[in-house]
Amino acid sequence: MTDTVKNTLLFVVVFSLIIISGLFQGWNNAMFILNMGLISSIMALGVNLQWGFAGLFNVGVMGFVALGGLAAVLVGMPATPGAFSAGGPGVIFALILGAATIVAAVFTYKRMAAGRNRNLAITAILIFGFVVFRGMLDPNVALIEDVNPAATGYLGGLNPGTEETYRQNGWIMLIAWPVGGLFAAGAAWLIGKAALGLRSDYLAIATLGIAEIIISMLKNEDWLSRGVKNVVGIPRPVPYELDLQSSAAFVERAAALGFDPVEGSTLWVKFLYAVLFAIVLGIIFWLSQRALNSPWGRMLRAIRDNEVAAEAMGKDVTARHLQVFILGSAICGVAGAMMTTLDSQLTPGTYQPLRFTFLIWVMVIVGGSGSNLGSILGGFLIWFLWVQVEPIGLFIMDIITSGMSEDNWLRAHLLDSAAQMRLMTMGIIMILVLRFSPRGLIPEK
Amino acid sequence: MDFLNAIVALANYVLIPGIAYGSQLALGALGVTLVYGILRFSNFAHGDTMAFGTMITILVTWAMQSAGIRLGPLPTALLALPFGILGCIALVLTTDRLVYRFYREQKAKPVILVIVSMGVMFVMNGVVRFIIGPDDQSFSDGPRFIISARDFKRLTGLDEGLGIRTTQVITVVTAIVVVALLFWFLNKTRAGKSMRAYSDNEDLALLSGINPERVVMMTWIIVAALATIAGTLYGLDKSFKPFTYFQLLLPIFASAVVGGIGSPLGAIAGGFVIAFSEVTITYAWKKVLVYLMPESLEPNSLVQLMSTDYKLAVSFVILLIVLLLKPTGLFKGQSTT
Repeated sequence: MTDTVKNTLLFVVVFSLIIISGLFQGWNNAMFILNMGLISSIMALGVNLQWGFAGLFNVGVMGFVALGGLAAVLVGMPATPGAFSAGGPGVIFALILGAATIVAAVFTYKRMAAGRNRNLAITAILIFGFVVFRGMLDPNVALIEDVNPAATGYLGGLNPGTEETYRQNGWIMLIAWPVGGLFAAGAAWLIGKAALGLRSDYLAIATLGIAEIIISMLKNEDWLSRGVKNVVGIPRPVPYELDLQSSAAFVERAAALGFDPVEGSTLWVKFLYAVLFAIVLGIIFWLSQRALNSPWGRMLRAIRDNEVAAEAMGKDVTARHLQVFILGSAICGVAGAMMTTLDSQLTPGTYQPLRFTFLIWVMVIVGGSGSNLGSILGGFLIWFLWVQVEPIGLFIMDIITSGMSEDNWLRAHLLDSAAQMRLMTMGIIMILVLRFSPRGLIPEK
Repeated sequence: MDFLNAIVALANYVLIPGIAYGSQLALGALGVTLVYGILRFSNFAHGDTMAFGTMITILVTWAMQSAGIRLGPLPTALLALPFGILGCIALVLTTDRLVYRFYREQKAKPVILVIVSMGVMFVMNGVVRFIIGPDDQSFSDGPRFIISARDFKRLTGLDEGLGIRTTQVITVVTAIVVVALLFWFLNKTRAGKSMRAYSDNEDLALLSGINPERVVMMTWIIVAALATIAGTLYGLDKSFKPFTYFQLLLPIFASAVVGGIGSPLGAIAGGFVIAFSEVTITYAWKKVLVYLMPESLEPNSLVQLMSTDYKLAVSFVILLIVLLLKPTGLFKGQSTT
């Protein structure tokens, strides 16, 4: 069996699984799995670029995904009237001051001779800078958060519409996606500058921490992201179900296909999303594939397999690492913006490393690290399992416990805990793949 | 009098919680550092190992409580702790046999082991949630305070109270005993010396006839014991929730790295550095400063450097600074570059 046949078969199996779930659980459910599968595949491509191509161990995926989500808010939501004039310039000035403090500290570190004087100077700069920064930031933040705190209390975004009309500018979300990539790329540049020199497992710890820092900022900087109060009602690039249902032409077409208007409209919206996501996935896949087979891709793999040898051949290892770290993170950022668009809300409280970092890693490992096609397959397959393990677990538990009496405590406990089976399943899949098929389902060539 | 009040307030809100939290982190970081020194990888599953050991302890505690077994004024959990340790040892030895040993024999790169430990983390996390559920569990019993803030005020006549919780004292005492035992073991016994030799130079240790599988087994047993003790103390002091234990991984890693990974002494120092910086940076200093400053200079804000939600961020900023400026950590552990 050639590789092409085998790979096609694998994809056919995964999509059949999704179709079967559609037949049994309804098409809305299947479309949801498909859409999230597309987004997961994009994230997996980003991680694969870093780990599979270049051997960079990034477990801060969650942070970049969340930054993409922030971009969706900052681009898609309308500006809160009066918020920017209340405290906007002050906040921006404070942020510039904060950045200037850090630049000054780094500058001092580089210019002064090592010793106690340098340490004292840097400490003084940092303390003074922090006091000024907070003194400037806090009152302005309070001003912004005081603007109608129940409904807004944050700066809002760049959507040209008003509170009533901003939903008509759904096209703006298509701009938000690349902006999400830019946000993530910017953060990745900063992080990469600081942390990329570290040995692989320290880089992992550092990125894990940075992702947590990004999430705690989103949770606490209410003026920027509304924090745990969440931003809801982010506009969408596709029509709203209610508008479709009230359009006579749509109802007629849906009826011709045998759908009632409600189901037809929800499916149509999800289908349009799927088309958009598939286009993005296609573009990123094509680019990654080109990159993989280009001299640049070969150089990255040479660096991954033997850093010392590559450096001896005159390759700039640090610069390439930084480059690929930024690119991979940007892809995760784009996917994050897309996910927030699909949910049409930003909920910083729901970002958890197990779901947004380690699950993506399972996708890459299972699909086959170093292989783009594998990452896409892993994205769909693992997402499918992530969603379906819960009902399957419940089903199995039902069978196991069917012999027990109704009020048996073990039965109640097993049925309650079935929902927790998904983490265990993911872990077992990952361990088994690493042990018996470490190159994944579609190995790198 | 004002000065005394300031000291009492400082002790009550910063020193005592910091020491207790620092001891818990130190015990956790010792586990991470030992795995790193002997097995040479960062164990991402450590937080969930702690959660598993603690879970067994909790289950045994509940059984004892319902059977009416008590430990006088001390929490019953201390009596259940040995069972938790045994359960945890069984778990990690099984994991090592089924998962890690294969990669050791292959001489796989450390980063592969880290990824494998991510898989183990998923499974352990799932097992814990499956058995005890994802919710908060409280299992502390016995008197809550050794001295409550109200009694302290009555005794001393000060305005500020100093409350010392039973669990805080137990934490510190247990940590001291455990650390003393560990250092005695590592420095004085033959087995401990072979562990240190293996950690310093694997080839030399093998040449001098040290059995690597035995060293690895001893390491896992010690790590399981440390993890269970750290987890149980944390759970007694705060509360038990699987997700919190997963998150503890972050400050624990930070402690191990800040102290110099691979160095037991460093892990302890790192634990306290991280704990105190978290507490001091997120504490609202107003309460202490009102007593110290003249009336006219009294602060009108809370004088809180950062909101408490940034606790995790604090430990990571320190971690990053140490990684960048002093890659071997405070106590000359293994280099990070």
